[in-house]
Amino acid sequence: MTRELWKGNEAIAEAAIRAGLEGYFGYPITPQTETLEWMSRRMPELGRIFLQAESEPAAINMVYGAACTGARVMTSSSSPGISLMMEGLSYIAGTEVPVVLVDVMRGGPGLGNIAPSQGDYNQICHGGGHGDYHPIVLAPASVQEAVDLVPLAFDLAEKYLNIACVLLDGSIGQMMEPVELPEMRPVVRKEYAWATTGAKDRSRHVLTSIYLEVGLEEEVNLRLLKRWEAIKANEVRFKEYYLDDAEIAVIGFGTAGRVALSAVRAARAQGIKVGLFRPISVSPYPYQQVAALAERVKSLLVVEMNTGQMLEDVRLAVSRRIPIEFYGRLGGVVPFPDEILGEIQRIAKQPPSLEGHPAQRWLERMTAPQR
Amino acid sequence: MKGKAMINIISPKNLVYSRPKAFTDTPTHYCPGCTHGTAHRLIAEVLDEMNIADKTIGVAPVGCAVFAYNYIDTDFVEAAHGRAPAMATGIKRLLPDRVVFAYQGDGDLASIGMAETVHAAARGENITVIFINNTNYGMTGGQMAPTTLPGQKTTTSPNGRDVELQGYPIRVAEMLATLEGVGYVVRRSLHDPKNIRLAKKAIRTAFEVQVRGLGFSMVELLSTCSTNWGLTPVESLKWLEEHMLPYYPLGDYKIAPSVAAVKI
Ligand SMILES: Cc1ncc(C[n+]2csc(CCOP(=O)(O)OP(=O)(O)O)c2C)c(N)n1
Repeated sequence: MTRELWKGNEAIAEAAIRAGLEGYFGYPITPQTETLEWMSRRMPELGRIFLQAESEPAAINMVYGAACTGARVMTSSSSPGISLMMEGLSYIAGTEVPVVLVDVMRGGPGLGNIAPSQGDYNQICHGGGHGDYHPIVLAPASVQEAVDLVPLAFDLAEKYLNIACVLLDGSIGQMMEPVELPEMRPVVRKEYAWATTGAKDRSRHVLTSIYLEVGLEEEVNLRLLKRWEAIKANEVRFKEYYLDDAEIAVIGFGTAGRVALSAVRAARAQGIKVGLFRPISVSPYPYQQVAALAERVKSLLVVEMNTGQMLEDVRLAVSRRIPIEFYGRLGGVVPFPDEILGEIQRIAKQPPSLEGHPAQRWLERMTAPQR
Repeated sequence: MKGKAMINIISPKNLVYSRPKAFTDTPTHYCPGCTHGTAHRLIAEVLDEMNIADKTIGVAPVGCAVFAYNYIDTDFVEAAHGRAPAMATGIKRLLPDRVVFAYQGDGDLASIGMAETVHAAARGENITVIFINNTNYGMTGGQMAPTTLPGQKTTTSPNGRDVELQGYPIRVAEMLATLEGVGYVVRRSLHDPKNIRLAKKAIRTAFEVQVRGLGFSMVELLSTCSTNWGLTPVESLKWLEEHMLPYYPLGDYKIAPSVAAVKI
C-alpha cells in the first residue's frame, strides 16, 4: 500500500470503515466533525448505517441499541459532547456490550474552545459515568497511529465486551499527515450468544443494566473487575525512546508525548541523557512499566496538555522513589519543544525535590511574575 | 364454589381466554388497579396474532415498566431514562427486518426523553412506541409529570398543579401528529372493556404500520395509577374517565394516507 496524505479525523473514519464498521451515529462538534462528515458520505455508499443524531445523548444511546444487535458500531465526539455521552457509556458498561468511542479533545472546562487539549484524561480514563467501570483507552500521537489503533479498539471492545476509546486531541484530528490505511476488511456480523436479534429458534435474550437484587449487582461488578484484570494483564501498550542509558525520563501521551520527543532529541544533541516514555494505553495505565522506569532513571518529567491529570497515575506508580517534575500547557495551548527542552535542562542542572507536589511547583513557576 | 367443581369448569372446551404465548407466566409486580399489566397483555396478544414475537425486540423504559421484559416474552433491552426511542433507532437501523417497539411512561417519554421522542417521530423511524399516560411519575412515588392535569395534586405539586408556575400538560399525540415522519398516532384509553378492545386494535395497527415500513407509530394509552392517585382501582377508572378524557380526547391524530389504505 502507498502512503497518502490524510486529515486525522477523516483517516480515523476511513480506518473504522475498513475495520468493518456497520453503524455510525454522531453529532457535529469541532474539532471532530470531519469524522461525522466522512461517515455521512462513505457509510451509505457502502450500504452501511450512518445517522446524524439529534444530540450526543441520542447518539450514544443509538450506538448502545445498535451494539445490542452484535454489530460493529461506534460514535465520535469532542469534550462537551463526551460529557453528554457519559450516561450512555455507563449503561453500555453495565450491559457489557462492545462499543468504540473516539474523543477528539478540546480546551475546557465549559464550552472552552476548539483548540487541542488533553483535559478529558480523567473523564475518560477514571470515570465520567456513574458506577464502577473501566474503559480501554488508546492515545495516538500521530495520524498513522490513530489509524492503527482504531481497528485495535474494535477488536479489544469485542474481545472483552468493554468500551474502547481512542483518545486524541484536536491537533491530531485536524492535521494532515502521510498515512498507510489498512486494507478493507469485510463486514462480519458476529453471532454473539447475547445479541438481541429476535428470539427465533432460541431462548430469548435480555440486555439490561438493572439488577435490583444487590447480590446480583455485586456479581456484575465483580465480573467487570475480573475482566478488567485480564485487560490490565494483556493490553498495556507504550513506546520507549532513548531510555537505555537515560538519567531523566520524560513521560507524555498523545501530542504532548510527540512534542516531548522533539525536546528529548534536542536535549540529547546537547549531551543530556534523557529519554521518553509514551503510554499508548492510558487505560489500562502502564503502572508497572513506569514503576520499573523509576528504578532505572534519576528523575522524571511529566508533560501534559492539562493540569496534571496523568501525573497522578505516574505518582501512583512511582510512589516517591524518585523526584518528579511536571510541565503542562492549558486551555488549548500546545507546548513548544523549546519549553520542554528548558524543563529538561533545568532538571539536568538541578535535580528536583522529592518533597511537595510537582504540579504545585509547576503552578508557582507558571504564575510567577515575569522578570 | 368448591375447588373440585372449579377445576371441572376449566376444561379445554370451556376455555375462552388464556395467557397469550408471548406473555410469560409471571406474577405481576404492578399495584392493584394499575393498567400497565393490561397494556402489556394487549401487546402480547398482538404479537401472537401477528406471529412476530420471535422477530421482535422490545425496549423497556425507566419507570414502573422497567421490567416489562419479565412479562412480554421477546428479546428485550432496557434503556436509560427517556432514551428508549434512540436505543430503538439503533436496533432498528441495524436490523431493519425485525420489529422494534419502545414502551414508555409519560415522565420517560414526554419529559426527560422528549427530544428522543420528537426526533424519532420526525425521522419517521420505523418503530412503534406504546406510551403510558398516567399523569404522574409512578415509579418514584407520584411526582408531577408533563402530563399532570391543571390542579392535580402530586407529591411535587402538593397544592395542585398551578399552571402559572408549573405550566400546562403536554398533549403528546396531538404534538407528534404535526410531524411528516409519523405514520400513525392515536390516543386510546384502558378504563373499560370497550376502550381496551379499541386500544388493542390500535396497537395492532401500529405494529402493522411498522411491519409495512410506513413510518413512526405511537399509541398513547390513558392509564391509571391508583396507588399514587390515592384512589381505589374502581375510583381510578372513574377519575380517568372524568378528568383525563376531557383534557386528553381519544382519537386518531394522524393516520398517514399510506396507512389509511392498510386493511387489517
Ligand atoms: C436519569 C434518571 N433520572 C431520574 C431517574 C428516577 N426515575 C425512575 S422512574 C422515574 C419516573 C418514571 O415515570 P414515568 O415515565 O411516568 O413512568 P411510570 O413509572 O409512571 O410508569 C424517574 C424520575 C432515573 N432512573 N434516571
